[in-house]
Amino acid sequence: MENSILKVENLDVELEEEEILKDLSFEVKEGEVLTILGPNGAGKTVLLKTLLGILPYEGEIAWKAEIKIGYVPQRLPFIKDIPLSVKEFFDLENVSENETKEILKSIGVEEEILKKKIGDLSSGQFQRILIGWALAPNPEVLLFDEPLAGIDIGGQESVYNLLEKLEKEKNLTILFVTHELSIVYKLADEVLCLNKKMLCYGLPKEILTPERIGQLYSGEVKFYEHKHD
Amino acid sequence: MINQFILSLISGIFIGGVAGYLGSLMLSKRMALVAGPLGHLTLPGIALALIYGFDISLGAFPFVILGIVLIWLFEARTKLPMEALTAIVFASGVAIAFFFLPIEQAETALVGDISKIQFKEAIITLILCLFILFLTKKIYPKITLINISEDLATTQKINVKKYNLIYLILIALIVALGVKIVGGLLTAAIVAIPASSARNLAKNLSQYKFLALIFGILSSAFGIFLSKLTFLPAGPLIIVVSAFIFLISAILKK
Repeated sequence: MENSILKVENLDVELEEEEILKDLSFEVKEGEVLTILGPNGAGKTVLLKTLLGILPYEGEIAWKAEIKIGYVPQRLPFIKDIPLSVKEFFDLENVSENETKEILKSIGVEEEILKKKIGDLSSGQFQRILIGWALAPNPEVLLFDEPLAGIDIGGQESVYNLLEKLEKEKNLTILFVTHELSIVYKLADEVLCLNKKMLCYGLPKEILTPERIGQLYSGEVKFYEHKHD
Repeated sequence: MINQFILSLISGIFIGGVAGYLGSLMLSKRMALVAGPLGHLTLPGIALALIYGFDISLGAFPFVILGIVLIWLFEARTKLPMEALTAIVFASGVAIAFFFLPIEQAETALVGDISKIQFKEAIITLILCLFILFLTKKIYPKITLINISEDLATTQKINVKKYNLIYLILIALIVALGVKIVGGLLTAAIVAIPASSARNLAKNLSQYKFLALIFGILSSAFGIFLSKLTFLPAGPLIIVVSAFIFLISAILKK
């Protein structure tokens, strides 16, 4: 495909002799949002890290040549050990002050936040800063690993809105990891259901049948109904 | 000829300051205590240096490197937690040193003695300190990002292994120099305490780095002055001053 950004074929990941991902194949096109959905422990974070080239794998991962990737990790447990201001955090990736201010505007955060310590931010602000940090060098694709917990009330919802806005503004391609079924309908063009194996892959409204969801979460379904908008 | 006291003071200030500065980087990876076991490991090397009359840092350095390599090899082979391996390796270092450490010089080995530093030794110390300072400053942003998350560093195309190696070599160097002023027992203190005090007071990273450096310098300077006045050994005095600064910083912390 001409506007293909990522093509994955027969991807296997084994960590410490345990099979984490088995035989994944999918493709992401420019400007698309692919949601990776699955219960906790399904290997979603592992998949993102493998795509980033952090973990060893077998099979094919073909990114578009010289693509710039932004990554929003699920959590950064060590960052609060360091007395880092928001500005200093952005300085670590060598973006100019103007670029930093520009990105703060687009993630909807006031410039005053630059002087604040990372450790003093609310979880919602921190999430936004992580997104801004990933986007500051102007990547073409964003890999977003949803935090499991700890986002303040209302914060999570607006992060989804923010991603939706950024996707349109910057013509971003997004790979979005989540365990929240409701988000899939809001953001995704395509969805990949993952529980070590690929259980389904396609358009959310076509493939997310109750049976498939049940199979995906096998006994762990926390979601009973949803409304389409 | 420069006065012996001035020579000791300047050497102490350089080592203390640079140890504080590098310590600020180590504290943020919860690695500050690594300097302790590594210091203990230097004891056989210090013992050899004392017996054969060469520079104790020169004796210490190969043992720190040996320690790091051993810990790294055992870790790869046994997958035991780092602290358990560190404990095994450093305790062996102390044990072995006691077989042949000249007992009349045990104090120098254990808590250091900067008061008799020679001119040539002092010059080498200053050059090495400046080298460590320069290199630490250079790798600081990259190691900070690695400390925050190796994954993020990788996405920034940082060669994590290369920077970690440089970082370890710097730690080995500062430990080897540190034994001159505080001996094999107290090296953890000169990297951990100034950085901890700085953490209590700093509002951002640049203040943190700067304060760690300053607290390292102040501790060494006052420790060596007090030693001159009281005839007590400088090493423990430096640590006591450093701990006192920490106490004040803990009180002032908002």
